[in-house]
Amino acid sequence: MLAWTIYISFLGALALMLPRLPAKAARGIALLAAIAGFTVTISQLLRSPSGAMTTIVHRSWVPSLGIEYHLAADGISLLLVLLTGIVAIAGVLFSWNIEHRSKEFFALYLALIGGVYGVFLSADLFLLFVFYEIAIIPKYFLIAIWGSTQREYAAMKLALYSLVGSAMVLVVLIAAYVVAGAKTMNLLALSQFQFPLHFQMWAFPLTFIGFGILAGLWPFHTWAPTGHVAAPTAASMLLAGVVMKLGAYGCLRVAMALFPHGLDSWGFSVLGLASWRDVFSLLAVIGIVYGALVALVQQDFKFVIGYSSVSHMGFVLLGLMTLSRIGLTGAVLQMFSHGVLAGLLFAVVGRMVYDRTHTRDLAALSRMHLNKAIPFAAVTFVIAAIASIGMPGFSGFVAELQILIGAWSAFPIYVLAAGIGIAISVAYTWRAMQKAFFSDAGPEATAPTLPPISTPERLGAALLIFASLTIGLYPQLLLNLVIPALNSPLFDGLRKGHWQ
Amino acid sequence: MTAVSYTALFHLLLPEVIVIVTALLVLAADLLISRTAQSRTRFTTGSVLSAIGCIGAITLILSDPQQANVFNGTLVISSETKLVQIAILILTVFIVVLSIESSFTSHVGEYFAVTLFATTGMMLLVSSENVLLIFLSLELLSLSLYVLAAFNKRSSHSAEAALKYFLFGGMSAAFLLFGLSLLYGLSNSTNLVQIARAIKSPPLDPLLAVAIVMIVLGFGFKVAAVPFHFWAPDVYEGAPANSASLIASSAKVAGFVIFYQVMIVGFAGAEGSGDWRSYAPGWVPVVAVVAALSMFLGNLVAIRQTSVRRLLAYSAIAQAGYILLGLVSHTEQSFGALLYYAVTYALTVIGAFGVISIVEEQLGGEKLSDFAGLSRRAPVLSFCMLIFMLSLAGIPPLAGFFGKFFLFASTLSAGQHMLGLLWLVVLAIAMSTVSLYYYLQVLKRIYIAEPPSEAKPIQVPLISQLTLCAIALSILVLGCAPDLFLKWLHQPIRIAHF
Repeated sequence: MLAWTIYISFLGALALMLPRLPAKAARGIALLAAIAGFTVTISQLLRSPSGAMTTIVHRSWVPSLGIEYHLAADGISLLLVLLTGIVAIAGVLFSWNIEHRSKEFFALYLALIGGVYGVFLSADLFLLFVFYEIAIIPKYFLIAIWGSTQREYAAMKLALYSLVGSAMVLVVLIAAYVVAGAKTMNLLALSQFQFPLHFQMWAFPLTFIGFGILAGLWPFHTWAPTGHVAAPTAASMLLAGVVMKLGAYGCLRVAMALFPHGLDSWGFSVLGLASWRDVFSLLAVIGIVYGALVALVQQDFKFVIGYSSVSHMGFVLLGLMTLSRIGLTGAVLQMFSHGVLAGLLFAVVGRMVYDRTHTRDLAALSRMHLNKAIPFAAVTFVIAAIASIGMPGFSGFVAELQILIGAWSAFPIYVLAAGIGIAISVAYTWRAMQKAFFSDAGPEATAPTLPPISTPERLGAALLIFASLTIGLYPQLLLNLVIPALNSPLFDGLRKGHWQ
Repeated sequence: MTAVSYTALFHLLLPEVIVIVTALLVLAADLLISRTAQSRTRFTTGSVLSAIGCIGAITLILSDPQQANVFNGTLVISSETKLVQIAILILTVFIVVLSIESSFTSHVGEYFAVTLFATTGMMLLVSSENVLLIFLSLELLSLSLYVLAAFNKRSSHSAEAALKYFLFGGMSAAFLLFGLSLLYGLSNSTNLVQIARAIKSPPLDPLLAVAIVMIVLGFGFKVAAVPFHFWAPDVYEGAPANSASLIASSAKVAGFVIFYQVMIVGFAGAEGSGDWRSYAPGWVPVVAVVAALSMFLGNLVAIRQTSVRRLLAYSAIAQAGYILLGLVSHTEQSFGALLYYAVTYALTVIGAFGVISIVEEQLGGEKLSDFAGLSRRAPVLSFCMLIFMLSLAGIPPLAGFFGKFFLFASTLSAGQHMLGLLWLVVLAIAMSTVSLYYYLQVLKRIYIAEPPSEAKPIQVPLISQLTLCAIALSILVLGCAPDLFLKWLHQPIRIAHF
């Protein structure tokens, strides 16, 4: 049943390539496909709300190599599939005004979503990688054709960064397949295979960095701000909301599950770092603080959000490195929370503000009195902003709190640093909000007349706010999914070695 | 040695005979109509006849279950050689069908006849274990290719390409012959199996080392591997598109298969090792170095190209590097990996050259800038090119990705130490990341750049369009369901109750 999320997306993309289709119908088809995917997920959740691993499809694919077409879902993948569905619908709603080559736009958009669904649902490493790479090409075209600032440069940078990451993953993937006897690519089977320690010691960091590049791991994050800024609104929503989660998901699902001993101590220490765990948690904290500091000085509204994504994804990576149940849970919640909120922020900046004012320069925006011109945008941004800085009641709070609690026992100093990161995030969010919407600079009462906020935009914003609020007020909904998933045998190795 | 009657031999060679007879028929038919008919009709006749001949040969191979090894390995027919022959014939069919709508020459009959002669050369080449016959068929193939490269008599580029190809080719043939004669001197036999038996003696005989280098040089030229690649860019650029596509596709497949055959069978026992830090002299390290250089140089130089044909040439050099990994690993699996990769690669290249030839004819050039905005002017053609380029770059779910995966996996499983060949695989994967950059350069022009202001939609000839779509579809299908191809490697090829 859940497999249809993938098929519907790809079928939708195919349908949009039909030559006779009128361009006006494109967005309708895209919306329909996105809603269908979301409905499938919801109905699955209602029918069996457990988070344990369940197989969806299991067929032999390339028997001579032991590769299977194996789709399965556990709580973590369900949650991310749900996120994808939400952001996908919102993305279509916020691209309702795309006129230029709209059929191609939505076809690529759906292909990207199909690839993302595929990654989250794959239980075979080969299949996972196939979907992971399928997602690269649509991203490139979405940015390069429909983007803005430096779009071709940003698109190529994004494509090459993604491909470098996936090349690193591919090396490990093939090596692991061969070391494990070249019989299976099944994720669960491979996670139960005892890879030699020295193999895990280089395979783990390579995989973690490979996926981490897409998750905005500092210092490999530089594709993210440029890519997010150049991308059209829907693409930046997907990039920040979902694609970065692909990376984090890969880190957890592949790197950490397959090579848990890669996290072990090296037996010596360099600059106080004694294991890959220390290295990556340090990088995650640097990402948190660095992203926040850079966001503080940006003049381009979209760059503020772009760098804030790097900072927020740092929390996810830090949560992964805590290796504690609560920290991992927090990381998964943060993936969901940031997915929704980043989507909302990019929607406000890219669609509501930029498409109307044609500028993202904070100084220029501060003379426009946008809170009077488009009050809906101002209100939405305020809600998204306070949610993303971790106001209790919204999803960001529960997620970051759990990560910090989890990190406390492992790296108390980093918790302090991350706390400073949160403080700075308040500062940059407030600064951007004040400049863009509530500035008293410029002549009084000359708010420009801008096109009013359209119904699709209102619907999209409402959907995303609703999602964030629901999780913030009732996190148990997601916890019921995540906790059984963390108990799955996939993480046996991780639990044995490190779990606290 | 088994005694074989000439009727039986004729029977075994029937597929080749059909192709030759078709070639003669095409010549005769063209001679009959050349005075009266227009160039278009002549091309159609030649192409249809050639395609029918090739398809006839394919059905014959499929329907005949027998396997044979006659005259001490001079002619070997096994399920593997049949598979390769069928692949070569199918590729030829695509090439001749794609030339229906071309008009580059007035010697139509000769063009198709020489193409079929080249095909015969390839078919014989892959079904022999005798170095003498291998050399003769290689010459038949090469001479046909030199002629094909020169076929556009109106273009000086074509003549230049052919001359360069001929000079380099002649020289490399001499090297190859020298290497083979050394082998004969060492083993007193022209049969690969017996040669292997005679030379099996580490430490490596210096004379054998010379023979290895000479033979790698000779075949390295055929498959355009660094440092024997200098002819490739000029030939790809200058030769008529259809000829270039033959040189780049099926001739490569045949070249790789026979390279594999000679090294694996003829030099069994003299492999040595190309493993990291445990190098041992033999032919494997030589091929490994050639492969590494090809991947490195081909990919890096391709970045700087502005002509799509030259870009394809350097990409071909790089791809040759990947395919040679199949030789380096030389396990049971690797022949399948090599063949799958070579065949799907050849299909892709035929498609790419098909697109290029249409663009050339309609827009008068094949520079990157000529492709600007093509997706707005010929959407289907552009989509086919998208599939071809992405498959070459190794993006799933296209055949190029699975081919790479299969090759790299079989390379890693080989080696005397666990993961001994990891260095080659890491280099290959890193370099294929680089390759995405230049393939995207082509796609960027097609999909992102704006078309010239006065541009009109391009009229793509119908049959070419259909053929290109068929090729694109088969690349997609082979990529999604590689078992359709792989299963033939494990079972004898025949159709029951045919």
